[in-house]
Amino acid sequence: MTNHELTWLPNLINSVERKSQRESYGKTLVRLGEDQRVVVLDADLSTSTHTSMFGNKFKERFFNMGISENNMIGVAAGLASTGLIPFASSFAVFATGRDYDFVRQSVCYSNQNVKIVATHAGLTVGEDGATHQMIEDLGLMSGLPNMTVISPADAPETEGAVEFLYEFRGPAYMRLSREKVPVVHQDKNFQFKKLEVLKDGDDVTIIATGIMVYAAMVAADYLKHKGLDVAVLNASTIKPIDSETILKYARKTGLIITSEEHNIINGLGSRVSEIVSENYPSVVIRHGVPDAFGESGSAWELMDKYMLNPLGIVRKIEQGLEVRKK
Amino acid sequence: MEQLGDISLLKDKAKEIRKLILLMTFNAKSGHPGGSLSATDIITYLYFRELRIDPKRPDWDDRDRFVLSKGHASPALYAALALRGFFPVEKLFTFRKINSELQGHVVNHIPGVDATGGSLGQGLSNAIGMALSGLIRKKDYRVFAMIGDGESQEGSIWEAAMSAAHYKLSNLIVFLDRNMIQLDGFTENIMSLGDLEMKFSSFGWKTRTINGHDFYEIHDAVEWAKEEIGPKMIIAKTVKGKGVSFMENNPEYHGKPVPNQELLNKAIEEIERE
Repeated sequence: MTNHELTWLPNLINSVERKSQRESYGKTLVRLGEDQRVVVLDADLSTSTHTSMFGNKFKERFFNMGISENNMIGVAAGLASTGLIPFASSFAVFATGRDYDFVRQSVCYSNQNVKIVATHAGLTVGEDGATHQMIEDLGLMSGLPNMTVISPADAPETEGAVEFLYEFRGPAYMRLSREKVPVVHQDKNFQFKKLEVLKDGDDVTIIATGIMVYAAMVAADYLKHKGLDVAVLNASTIKPIDSETILKYARKTGLIITSEEHNIINGLGSRVSEIVSENYPSVVIRHGVPDAFGESGSAWELMDKYMLNPLGIVRKIEQGLEVRKK
Repeated sequence: MEQLGDISLLKDKAKEIRKLILLMTFNAKSGHPGGSLSATDIITYLYFRELRIDPKRPDWDDRDRFVLSKGHASPALYAALALRGFFPVEKLFTFRKINSELQGHVVNHIPGVDATGGSLGQGLSNAIGMALSGLIRKKDYRVFAMIGDGESQEGSIWEAAMSAAHYKLSNLIVFLDRNMIQLDGFTENIMSLGDLEMKFSSFGWKTRTINGHDFYEIHDAVEWAKEEIGPKMIIAKTVKGKGVSFMENNPEYHGKPVPNQELLNKAIEEIERE
């Protein structure tokens, strides 16, 4: 990697190959649909979430529940209770925020094998504004007992994650982006729970999730030329968290920066901080949305405005280095 | 239509369940006897006459399902399950106690409990999922459910109602326990529900109103429901606290057991005398 532009605009975002996670989700569902046990539900957003691809091929196993997300989750739980494998999709704001109590009781407490796959997570929803920009979902879902939480970095990893969810038995939530996101993986390899070491390093560790994984790679590459050896870890599983690798890198580098397109409260940064403070107290700096609602604007304008770009990560690393010195 | 025949067994079982409801909640010093007693006769009918179930195989795929969406009526369901052989009757006296399987509100981890209930307005959706599954897998099991009248103030009940009609779920038979009382008082004072039969009917359900304490009427309604196309809503007019004079139609006993031994004895006597 040699692109040292640290903001998405004007050029960085166009200089990288980008692919759609939700399209990858839709296509993989169609493939998995050969298994008669797979059923898919949506709440009037199927052409956006791309579950419509499944719906077009397997009409009898696709249920559009209309704009009634609570009922969708409750019905999915009922379907799961009979041995079917339901994937229920909507936008992240509805699938987790509006549906929280249904996910809690009908899915998690009941331990039903429901896969909630939400698109339009985070600020990259863009022009629709804060009502649709879900930045609390990882926290809401991670706080639920029995829940597994997945946040893939790109489209190829999404494919692997969907295949994993199909095999996995138990409640699970996966968040995807509306935008086409930069590709960091050559293939669909998804490793459950394991933090993926994309780049090793001795001085600083960045643990990133979703779209911020690519930003972390750019930041690390830039800092390499400044003489800083930065490790980049992809946290595509948020829960259960890979404590072992987190602690390995806390010991190795003594400074971890977490980066996520999510509120800095209750997301990846909080999880990592908890693990580190309980086991190997050292510096963790959280990079994410600074406990504020988003707003309208193009996806990448927003990401730059809220510093969810390589520059934001570099700044946090500088901050972390100062703190570590003390 | 199949005749109901002798109802003495059903009457006996209902009495036993009512006594157990009083004892379980008294023993637990908490729980919801009022709405359990109003639901008792319907639950008795289903478990001792209608449901195709096997206590030895609670997860049998072809079984009929019963979803108690008003999950606070757990004592009625637990008592029916115990008497039906899903677990020992003695276990009922661990209800709401530490380390017991019998949680305050129904949960699907318990043998024979098909869905979790507690936070209202979810069970009907769960039942719809089970019914849809039966449809696409070409299973001939039926899905029965019971919702409360207070519960019908939840918006999600109406989301669910819409979808059951949309998917033409002929294998779904739901009872609405119309006991007219919720925690804070009488439903029509708290948030009026009005004509629930007309509401469900306009949502596309086949509907019927019955006396929810009359086994003949329950039987006729279930036989009717099995023949009709589409989802069925049986509005069962019931009495909260049914069977115990001082509990009947008394909002105080929504979520409170009989307070002392003397009243407990009196309540049990009344039920036995019935």
